[in-house]
Amino acid sequence: MDFTPEKQSPILEVSLLNKNFGGMRTIIDLSFELAPKECLGIIGPNGAGKTTLFNLLSGIIRPSSGKILWFHQEIQKKSSSEIVHLGIARTFQNIRLFKQLSVLENIRIAYDIHLTYTPLQALLRTALTREEEKKSAQAAMELLDVFSITSLAHQPAGSLSYGDQRRLEIARALALHPRLLLLDEPAAGMNESEMYQLVELLQWIQKKFHVSMLLIEHHMAFINGLCDRTLVLDFGTLIAQGTLEEIRHDRRVIEAYLGEAVT
Amino acid sequence: MDYIIQQVINAIQLGSIYGLIALGYSLVYGVLSMMNFAHGDLFMLGAFFCLLLEKIIPLPLWLALLLTMLVIGCLGALLERLAYRPIRHAPKVSAIITSLGCGLILENITLAMSPYPRHMPTLFQNSIFHFHGITISSLQIIVIGISLLLMILLDVMIRCTTLGMVIRALAWNRLMVSLLGIPANRIISFTFALGAALGAAAGLLYALTYPVVSSSMGIAIGWKAFIAAVIGGIGNMRGALLGAFILGSTEVMSITMLPSTYRDLIAYSLLLIILIFKPYGILGEPPTQKI
Amino acid sequence: MIRLLDEFRCHFAMLRKHTIGLTRIFHTDHLRRSGSQMDTALISKSSSGSMDSYSRRQTSSLALPHQPSRPPRHDQYEISGLTSFYLVVLGGCSSFVIPELCSNYITCILITLAINAILCVSLNLINGYMGEFSVGHAAFMAIGAYGSAIITVKILPLIPFSLSSFLTFPLMVVAGGLLAALVGIPLALLSFKTRGDYLAIITLAFLMIVKSALENISYVGGPRGFLGIPPLTTLPWVYFWAVVTFWIMRHFIHSKWGRSIIAIREDEIAAEAMGVSTRSAKMMTFVISSFFAGIAGGLFAHQIQFINPSSFDILRSTNILVMVYLGGVASLSGSLVGAGVFTILYQILQPLGVWRMVTMPLLLVLLMIFRPRGIMGYQEWSCFKLKE
Ligand SMILES: Nc1ncnc2c1ncn2[C@@H]1O[C@H](COP(=O)(O)OP(=O)(O)OP(=O)(O)O)[C@@H](O)[C@H]1O
Ligand SMILES: [Mg+2]
Repeated sequence: MDFTPEKQSPILEVSLLNKNFGGMRTIIDLSFELAPKECLGIIGPNGAGKTTLFNLLSGIIRPSSGKILWFHQEIQKKSSSEIVHLGIARTFQNIRLFKQLSVLENIRIAYDIHLTYTPLQALLRTALTREEEKKSAQAAMELLDVFSITSLAHQPAGSLSYGDQRRLEIARALALHPRLLLLDEPAAGMNESEMYQLVELLQWIQKKFHVSMLLIEHHMAFINGLCDRTLVLDFGTLIAQGTLEEIRHDRRVIEAYLGEAVT
Repeated sequence: MDYIIQQVINAIQLGSIYGLIALGYSLVYGVLSMMNFAHGDLFMLGAFFCLLLEKIIPLPLWLALLLTMLVIGCLGALLERLAYRPIRHAPKVSAIITSLGCGLILENITLAMSPYPRHMPTLFQNSIFHFHGITISSLQIIVIGISLLLMILLDVMIRCTTLGMVIRALAWNRLMVSLLGIPANRIISFTFALGAALGAAAGLLYALTYPVVSSSMGIAIGWKAFIAAVIGGIGNMRGALLGAFILGSTEVMSITMLPSTYRDLIAYSLLLIILIFKPYGILGEPPTQKI
Repeated sequence: MIRLLDEFRCHFAMLRKHTIGLTRIFHTDHLRRSGSQMDTALISKSSSGSMDSYSRRQTSSLALPHQPSRPPRHDQYEISGLTSFYLVVLGGCSSFVIPELCSNYITCILITLAINAILCVSLNLINGYMGEFSVGHAAFMAIGAYGSAIITVKILPLIPFSLSSFLTFPLMVVAGGLLAALVGIPLALLSFKTRGDYLAIITLAFLMIVKSALENISYVGGPRGFLGIPPLTTLPWVYFWAVVTFWIMRHFIHSKWGRSIIAIREDEIAAEAMGVSTRSAKMMTFVISSFFAGIAGGLFAHQIQFINPSSFDILRSTNILVMVYLGGVASLSGSLVGAGVFTILYQILQPLGVWRMVTMPLLLVLLMIFRPRGIMGYQEWSCFKLKE
């Protein structure tokens, strides 16, 4: 692998990030960087603050202090939708599809950020509007094809199987054409074979779409297949980072997962 | 100075009536997270029932109060059983619409049966006391006294009895409560009845103070109390009382300074202004959501 | 940054070009790796995918029994764009003919129906499509009604030369609509912070404020009301406005903003995460909705020639709600059906007198209990759909 983080300037820099919920410190002085096209794994015991980190990065909640730099631009005060427009897309740990809408409509809503017509053009449905609408419908279909869920295009998203829902969520995030994809436990609830398919799909996506990824996962095999580097969070602090091999032997990581050794 | 004290007494009187109604809104909201728009009309029915009662057999105040509370309480429980229980698991919008509809049904039935406002007979000899230039009537003392008594009883019941504990538990997690083998439905009915009974008591007290009873009372007064509950933070008992006294004093102040037609305008503007700065009321908290 | 995004877009365009090829590779990948997936992949590749989707639907409905799945659409009444155009023209012609042939009563009912349809579809935008809850729609109607009435009665006579009402009437109605839209803006701002119950209360408070403000302005007659509005609303005019309303609404709903508000209804946080600017979507929705409610108000004022604050009370709002939830939420066809059924029912129930005011809320409650999505909820006649 030709990846060398030191040589390229990072696309995402998180520095001294903190988040308190009332008195509870959920993220404590977290700093890390992400290189272009890197896939960074994030692991940690339940309640470590992984999802909270994603919520901070995607603008759903605001940090108590600290900075998030995206291409050297501070984004920690931006709203969720502004951050999407800057190229960070995410999926949710507890799937948040538009359940009553069809699979196609789910994708189209995401694709809508590429449409340029103005409200007036929309109300009068000018030629531009019609053309863009047509294009977006086609592009959405093509994306479904990539994920091989074309046959489900007109099913309500809520009726899909769990694995398909997870894949649809990833497809929906990809329709935003992000430069960074935040995946929150994408393989949760999947069986072994579905999981391997998903690893392959993600590998392929990473290559073809040139997206960077932040990946929260509890399955080490999954992380292993995709990520070059992994962060370990425990009680909101970064306790270790490096390759999986390095982490596996880290004393603090073992303690965090297995409890402190009795001396 | 005397004038101000006089107005303060008026504000307390109005505030305590609002408070009683607002407690009913908050009780129901606490248990079901549902805004019971029909509550104002139960208040109105309380006044009407008492009027009817006095027309048939003149009863002493305490008996009339108890009977009114009992009957309207049952009506409240019935309303819950017939209209709200079937939609308990439906989206919130359904609940709002249903309660709005129920309120209008009650109001218009009353309107159809009694198109004109009616005069409320007095239930006791009203005597007026003077000290140091302040006048206070026995009516005012009774109204404030009864309201305070009911509020204290409610507070004791909610905080110190098992039933109160269950009601508080229902507010947190209805499913869990029923899993523990507690008849959640019956408790919910009871809470509705309790809320309605408080509203009915307020209706009676209101009718005694301002002795004209009409079908539009539910919206004119009942919804004001609703504003009070929302201002304080709906679902929160203390908030309801706080809101009631804020609203009561604002209204008393506005009546002394502006024509009475501005009363609604000011009350609802107060609500809007408070919600702009505190979207969930003064003591209310935004619902937390797991992402 | 922009360069990077552009670059990225390029990649995507490239991907689109190669999709078919890539997909094939991808499928064969699956075939090679996991035998168990083989038949699924094969079937979905073959042109007759019906088996596949059928079996999937079966399993999924087993897995998620509580999932509210959308009912199948009524596609059997396929109406082409041209046919619906002819239908609209036909309707336009008959709107001129009917007042000549039929009694005043029938014309009057038809005018009311059209106004109701405009109201219903504009409320449906907020309640049905966006899933927020507005109880204050009568307030927008009131503002439109008073606004246009003031212009007709008080301002137009000041102009030294006389204008034909054919020219001025649409302008007055639009002015009423714009005024209502303007008032819709603060309400939209409030909807950014709150939703659900609290927004419902805000709209309610808003209605009460508008009503009691009108009662206190003697310029518009205070509680006595506003008299002497000329009867300018004719059947062709309301027909015209109804068609315009439905035409624009249809375009809005099938635009990216329409999809945004539907996304907001389904899941506001997910919508934000998909780049939907919930603020501008809500703002647009409230503005458009209140604009058309204002239009309806203007038409209403010039129909009945006398308006007073109590004609825009909570009962009026409830009536619009009945139409929306009777006809069907999130449906243009439903709005039309709802307005139609409601208007006729309202006439039939006339002999009941005051009791009619009991039946309407009762109908609403029964609807909520037995069919909360209404007759046409989430469905659409094909003439209200748009083809891509
Ligand atoms: N909105 C919130 N308000 C209060 N506390 C919160 C909020 N969101 C998260 N928390 C708390 O922050 C802590 C971290 O939660 P988080 O969801 O980030 O954990 P996680 O690492 O994603 O765990 P899991 O592996 O279970 O998904 C938890 O203790 C949680 O209760
Ligand atoms: Mg998590």
